Amino acid sequence: MLEAIILTIITAATPLLLAATGELVVEKSGVLNLGVEGMMVMGAVAGFAVTISTGSPLLGIVGGAIAGMLVSLIFAFVTLTLVANQVASGLALTLFGLGLSGLMGESFVGQPGIKLQSLHVPGLTDLPFVGKILFGQDLLVYLSFAAVFGVSWFLNRTRAGLILRAVGDNHTSAHALGYSVIGVRYLAVIFGGAMAGLGGAYLSVAYTPLWVENMTAGRGWIALALVVFASWIPWRAAIGAYLFGAVTVLQLHTQALGIGFPSQFLAMLPYLATVIVLVAISGNRRATLFNTPSSLGKSFVPDR
Amino acid sequence: MGEGTGDSTGEMLRRVGGDTPLLEVRHVTKRFGSFTANDSVSLKIMPGEIHALLGENGAGKSTLVKIIYGSLQPNSGGIFWKGRPVTVGSPAEARALGVGMVFQHFSLFEAMTVAENIALALPNCRATGELSDTIARVSANYGLPLDPNAHIADLSVGERQRVEIVRCLLQNPELIIMDEPTSVLTPQEADQLFVTLRRLAAEGCAILYISHRLEEVRALCHHATIMRRAKVVAETDPARETVNTLAQLMVGNEITRVVRERGKLGPEAILLKGLTQVSQEAFGVSLKDIDLSVRAGEIVAIAGIAGNGQKELFDALSGEEPLEKEDMVIFAGEAAGLMDINERRLLGAAFVPEERLGHGAVPALKLSENVVLTRHGTGEGIARRGFTRFGKAGRIVETVTSLFDVRKGVLDPEARSLSGGNLQKFVVGREVERTPKILIVAQPTWGVDAGAAAVIRQSLIDLSRKGAAILVISQDLDEIFEIADRIAVISRGHLSKAEDADTLTPEKVGLLMAGGAEKKGAAAA
Repeated sequence: MLEAIILTIITAATPLLLAATGELVVEKSGVLNLGVEGMMVMGAVAGFAVTISTGSPLLGIVGGAIAGMLVSLIFAFVTLTLVANQVASGLALTLFGLGLSGLMGESFVGQPGIKLQSLHVPGLTDLPFVGKILFGQDLLVYLSFAAVFGVSWFLNRTRAGLILRAVGDNHTSAHALGYSVIGVRYLAVIFGGAMAGLGGAYLSVAYTPLWVENMTAGRGWIALALVVFASWIPWRAAIGAYLFGAVTVLQLHTQALGIGFPSQFLAMLPYLATVIVLVAISGNRRATLFNTPSSLGKSFVPDR
Repeated sequence: MGEGTGDSTGEMLRRVGGDTPLLEVRHVTKRFGSFTANDSVSLKIMPGEIHALLGENGAGKSTLVKIIYGSLQPNSGGIFWKGRPVTVGSPAEARALGVGMVFQHFSLFEAMTVAENIALALPNCRATGELSDTIARVSANYGLPLDPNAHIADLSVGERQRVEIVRCLLQNPELIIMDEPTSVLTPQEADQLFVTLRRLAAEGCAILYISHRLEEVRALCHHATIMRRAKVVAETDPARETVNTLAQLMVGNEITRVVRERGKLGPEAILLKGLTQVSQEAFGVSLKDIDLSVRAGEIVAIAGIAGNGQKELFDALSGEEPLEKEDMVIFAGEAAGLMDINERRLLGAAFVPEERLGHGAVPALKLSENVVLTRHGTGEGIARRGFTRFGKAGRIVETVTSLFDVRKGVLDPEARSLSGGNLQKFVVGREVERTPKILIVAQPTWGVDAGAAAVIRQSLIDLSRKGAAILVISQDLDEIFEIADRIAVISRGHLSKAEDADTLTPEKVGLLMAGGAEKKGAAAA
C-alpha cells in the first residue's frame, strides 16, 4: 500500500517538477511566463501524436519538448522583441495552447497510446520496497532530478548562470556591462518551454498514455505557484513538487476510501500552501530580496 | 578651441606618454531624432592625464561618454585609440581596448556579492576563492578595503563606489571614465578617492573625470574640456581658472548669485520631540530619538549621505508613515504625529519629496492634474463636494510656470514631458505658491542645472523670509551652506544638534556625516 502510494506520488510530482524547474530559470532571468499551462498542454498533445505516429515514446518526449519550445518562442518574440506586457501575453499563451492542443488532438481522443518503459535493472529493481521506487522509474523521473541538480549547479556555479541571474536582478546594469539581456532571456524562455513541454509529454506518454483534451488540468498553474513556493531555489522546488504531488494523490485516496472530506478542499491546498509560504518568506525580507529576481516581469528596452 | 598649447602640465604629460594621445575623439556627432546631443565634439586624452569633462546637465557629457564606452554609436566622426582608428561596438569591446567605466548611477547587482559583481565585469571569470583573494589584495593596495563576500545591498554608497572602482581596476584599464564620482561621497571619502586617482594617474592610467563640482576639478585635473549645448566650447587648464570663470564657461553667462539675509525669527513652527520610528523596510533605516525645532523665518538643513534615514524622516514628517505618538511631530503648536498628510497640509504644511517623477508628480498626468493631487485638501476650494475645479488648477499652473520660469511646450503638458530641471521647478513651485507656513523639502535641486538650482534656492530663501519655517533635507553641501541658517546632520537614523551655519565648515559637517553625529545622538540618549 505505502509503496503504491509513493509510486503514484512520484508520477504526480514529476510533471510539476519538470515544468517548475524550467519556469524557475525563466523567472531567474527576469521574465514572468504565465503560459506554463499552455506550453505543457502543447507538449502533451505533441508528445502523444509523435509517440503514436512513430511508435516510440522516446521520440514522443522529444517531440513534446520541441512543441513546448516552439510555443515559448512565440511568447519570447511577443514579450522580448515586441516588448508586450508579460502577464497578458502569458495568459494569452495559456488560452492559445489549450485551444490549439484541443484542435490538434481531436483525432487522438480515445486512441490508446504507448507507455514509456520504466527502468529495469536486474537485481536492484527487484529489491523489496526501495527497488521499484529507486531503480524502477522511467527516464523522465530521473531527468527531473538531474534537472534540479543541473539548474542548481548552473545558476550558482557557472559563469553563464551568473550572467542569467545578473540579467534577472538588474537588466539595466547587465546591459551596461555589455551583456545581451534579450538574448539571455530568449534562451531562458526557450529552456522553460522545453521543460514545460517535457512535463506535458510526461502526462500523455508516461502518466496515462492517452490524450484527453485539457489533460494538464491546472498543473501548469501549480508549477507556477511552486516557483514562488520554492522562493526561486531549485531544491525547494523539488520538495514543493513532491508535497503538492502528495496532496493530489491524497485527494484521490480519500475519495476512494470514502472519507467524508471534500476533495475540493484538498485540491485547493497547493495554492493555500503557496499563499502561506509567500507570507512566511516575506517575513524574512533580506532572504527574499536576495532570491527574488528584482527585474521579474519588467520589460527591457535598450536605450540606443 | 586651443589644445592646451603652452600649458606646462599638458606639455609634461605629452613628453611622458609620447606625442600620441591615448584616446582621441574627432568630430563626433550624435543625434536622437531631431535632437543633437553631440555636435562635432573633439577631445584628446594623454596617458596619465586626469582630464575633466565639464558641462551642465544636458550639455552632452553623458552621451559622449557612452559613445567612448561603446554603449552608443555616433552618427558621424571617429574614435582613435593610441593613434589608430577604432570602432567601439559595445562596452565589452571598450573593456577589451582598455577603457573602464565607473558609473554615476551604480551598475551593481544588489542581490549578489561583491565577488560576483566583479566577476561579471571580467571576461571568462567566475566568483571563485582566487578572485576573492585578488579583490581583497587589490582593494587593500589602493586603500579601498572591501569584503568580497558581502552582498551589495548591505553596503553603503561609498563602499558601493569602491566596488565599482575595484571592478574597473581589475580590468587593468589604461583609461578610466568616472561619471560624477563624488556626488555621493562625504568630503573625507572624496579626498580618499582623489588620493587613489592621483596614484593611478602617476602609474600612467588616464582618467576622464566628469563632474560639475568645479573646486575639485581645479584641485585634481590636469586638463579640462568644457561642453555647452552639445558642443565643446573651451579647453583649458583648470588650475589656471577660478571657479567663477569655469562656471561662466559652462553656463555661458554669469549665474545669478543666491542672496541671503538673516530673517526675523518667529515662534517654533516645526518641533520634533524624541521622534523614534522602527523601519519596516528591508534595508530601511530606523529613526532614533530625533529632536529638532525650526522657527518661522528660518531654514534648517539636514545634511547626510544618502540612505541614512532621510527618506524615513521625510515620510514621518509628511505623514506617509504613521508615527507611534502624536506629539513626536508638532506643527504650528499642534501635535501632528498621528495625522495623515492632508490634515498636516491643513495646518499649513507643504511637502516636496525627493523623487520628482513618480512621487512628487504622476508622470502621465497633466500639470494641472498634478496640482490637484497635492492641493485638493488644502482648503483652497480646488476640490469641493467630490468635484474638481480644473480651471482653478490651471490658473495655479500658469502662476507657477511664470514665477519659476518653467519651460513647457504646450499650455498644460504631462509631467513626464518636462525636463528634470523644469519639473523640479514646478514641483517646488507648486508648494511655494501656496505660501505654506511650513515647508519640508527633500533634495530640492538634485540633478538640476545651475540656473534652475539658483531659482529654486532663492525661492526657498524668499519664502522663509516671509515667515515660513523650512526644513531642507539635502546631500549637497554647497547647497546647504548657500541657503541654510542652521545645519543638522543625519547619520544612521541619529540627528545631530542643529548648529548655526556660520560656525560650521564643510569639513566639520563631513565628519558628522561620516558618523560623528551618531556618538552625540547615542550619548544624548
